[in-house]
Amino acid sequence: MSTSDDLRRMTSVPKRSFRPSMLLYDQRYRSITIQVFFLFMLMLGAAWLIDNTVSNLRALGRDFSFAFLNAPAGYDINQRPIAYDSQMTHGRAALVGFLNTIILAVLACALATVLGVVAGVLRLSNNWIVGRLMTVYIEVFRNIPTLLWIVIFGAIMTEAMPAPSAFRGDDPAASMLFNDAVAVTNRGVYIPSIEFVRDLGDLRIGPVAPSLNWLLVFFVIIAGIYANKRLIAHATAVQNATGIRPKTWWKSILILLGPVVVILVALGAYLDYPELRGFNFAGGTHLRNSLIAMWLGLGIYTGAFVAENVRAGILAISRGQTEAAFALGMQPGKTMRLVILPQALRVIIPPLISQYLNITKNTSLGLAVGYMDLRSTLGGITINQTGRELEGMLLMMLIYLAISLTISGAMNVYNSRVKLKER
Amino acid sequence: MSDTHAQTVAYVRESMLPEASPPIAEKGAVKWLRENLFSGWLNTILTVLSLLAIWYLLSAIGPWLLNAVWNAQSLRECREILDGASGACFAVIKDRWHQLLFGFYPPHLYWRPVLSLILLFVALAPVLFSQVPRKFLGLSALYPFVAYHLLWGGSVWLPVSVILGFVLGYVAFRVLARIAPLVAITGAILVPVLWWIFFAGTFTSAMTSVAPIGLDFVRSDRFGGFLISLVIGVSGISLSLPIGILLALGRQSDMVFVKSVCVMVIEFIRGVPLITLLFTASLLLNYFLPPGTAFDLILRVIIMVTLFASAYMAEVIRGGLAALPKGQYEAADALGLDYWKAQRLIIMPQALKISIPGIVNTFIGLFKDTTLVVFIGLLDPIGLSNAIRADTDWNGIYWELFIFIGALFFIFCFGMSRYSMYLERKLKTDHR
Repeated sequence: MSTSDDLRRMTSVPKRSFRPSMLLYDQRYRSITIQVFFLFMLMLGAAWLIDNTVSNLRALGRDFSFAFLNAPAGYDINQRPIAYDSQMTHGRAALVGFLNTIILAVLACALATVLGVVAGVLRLSNNWIVGRLMTVYIEVFRNIPTLLWIVIFGAIMTEAMPAPSAFRGDDPAASMLFNDAVAVTNRGVYIPSIEFVRDLGDLRIGPVAPSLNWLLVFFVIIAGIYANKRLIAHATAVQNATGIRPKTWWKSILILLGPVVVILVALGAYLDYPELRGFNFAGGTHLRNSLIAMWLGLGIYTGAFVAENVRAGILAISRGQTEAAFALGMQPGKTMRLVILPQALRVIIPPLISQYLNITKNTSLGLAVGYMDLRSTLGGITINQTGRELEGMLLMMLIYLAISLTISGAMNVYNSRVKLKER
Repeated sequence: MSDTHAQTVAYVRESMLPEASPPIAEKGAVKWLRENLFSGWLNTILTVLSLLAIWYLLSAIGPWLLNAVWNAQSLRECREILDGASGACFAVIKDRWHQLLFGFYPPHLYWRPVLSLILLFVALAPVLFSQVPRKFLGLSALYPFVAYHLLWGGSVWLPVSVILGFVLGYVAFRVLARIAPLVAITGAILVPVLWWIFFAGTFTSAMTSVAPIGLDFVRSDRFGGFLISLVIGVSGISLSLPIGILLALGRQSDMVFVKSVCVMVIEFIRGVPLITLLFTASLLLNYFLPPGTAFDLILRVIIMVTLFASAYMAEVIRGGLAALPKGQYEAADALGLDYWKAQRLIIMPQALKISIPGIVNTFIGLFKDTTLVVFIGLLDPIGLSNAIRADTDWNGIYWELFIFIGALFFIFCFGMSRYSMYLERKLKTDHR
């Protein structure tokens, strides 16, 4: 009884009265002191900034309101993914700009991924000349600012490409590519577009009105992918039960392509080819120079970074993995697919996503070639016309922040899914 | 028996044969070609494709480069000299190189930026290369003031008064350190701040009226071209590393409040494009500062670029900190080191070494991002290339300017990445 009391007295921290100096010199309290001080300074700084802003706004006779988003914009946007004209509101213009930003980001991400994977793998190839060529590509693009690349591609599109009139005549100076399907001119690139004979009309939901035809096609593709996943899961289940994997490739092709073809035929889809009419091309889809320049500039520039990530990911897998797979009797193709790639992807994906983030943020350079993205509409013309710098910039920053946080949130989900389960 | 092949057996050769030469396919260039270029059908296809690509590029650019014109006064004159042949007109570089490098900096003062650049390398030498004696580091600390005075000029007493603030802070620290460490730190912060706010202005104007020495003042809007990229880049690089380290430590900290503020700052800055921050600097800063404050656009841009790079730096360094084994932290605790000593002596040297590639990548990214200042009206090389094209003499000239600008950026960025590889090799301590 008495020994345990002694023990408690010896091991417990001696109770002492609290003294103010302990706030600084006692490790238990010091962090609180520092944080309170930090908070105090921070609030002081914030109060100072807000006070300045309020008094500056009052001096200018301005208020802080987002009402300008409902005022008519009065300016045109050359690339319109949704219906827009200059009588519509600034908010609508900002939405068009936002969609243009997203379109460009998705296109550039796709190009960067393809180029990056190809260049990253080829840089590791045994082939001397291919390896050197890829090194040159990566180093040249990585070490020169992306803005310069965008400007260069813009200049190539407007200065080095033939004018539409060059396609005219019996012996034209320029000719269309891919069996008269694609025309590359100094006014942009014209590609065939898919049109429908039967139009189901538009779906009216709020500010956007997507075409029902395309929604239907999209839905069928998604359903096909889902059904194919179920088919493969079923095949795996059969294999686990009986040891024999049923042949699925022809069923997969049928499920993925069959319904899409049926729906396209039912809607009467056809390809609308661009052709020279008057002074310009008509028909098809017109990809503007600004889009092409931004797309190539961002895609090829970021592709060099992706290539380095891919190379690092492949090099990070130790040779023992390959050797172990070979020792198990696996074919090289299967080794790559089942052993190397799943592990390399775990290393490659996080930096890849952060490259996607960079692309999304770099789309704001569109101003250099006149691409009408969020920065050029909301952060450019709208601000200039309404004089609402504070509100406009704030809104634009929040939108970019939301995009970035969405992408990095998706990355965190992915990371936690593929993380090594270590014990 | 004794006279037949006493030493050996009959069927064993007594003398070495001369070496036979290897088969033709296994030596020299042929072997190298077979192994490196044509080792399989896929490799052969790749080789042929690459050769075709190289040939295509060379045949497109080669004649254009070979026919280059270096002496002309305008693009029209260039075309007359070329007489229809395709050729580059590098005369524009010869005509306007000073603008691309210095912007509208007064030509008779070009020696000042050049001298600052030379001094930059001198000041960097003790930081970059360990062979240079350590005591020169003090001179490196003086460099920012010297460079500021050389570039902008004005009264010499302004930088001197700023230096005096630091000196006073150091003196206060040494004097007050005898009382208590906390008092010393407070004094070391308060004394210089009070000096700069209340006395530095008076001191500068008084000294200027007594002894008006100094260089000609050059306004910030005369800066341009590569000079502006270097000024913003170098200041951003040197300031973003310490701020990035502090942000990374804040994010790793146990103090909940400090940590959450650091996370918010880092995520916010990383989540928005640099260009929006630059616009904030040029358009919105007037709202946030007391009415009537106006300060230099280049300074504002430097602050924003530094903040931007610091957030990225913080994430890179956090990666380095996370890669350190926990044992290192525990070992530092076991030695009885306090937080800052542990960071300075144990953690940071290792964490920074791990994150060198990332740090240098951030530096390179920052340097390339200095081109974005063209959007807020500063004349960086890309902005100047537009200005040159606006001149009737050089209207329509593109590629020559782009090649010149690109080559300049390439030299600096490639140099930085090579230096980081050298540093990694030098600091490598594992045995593999």
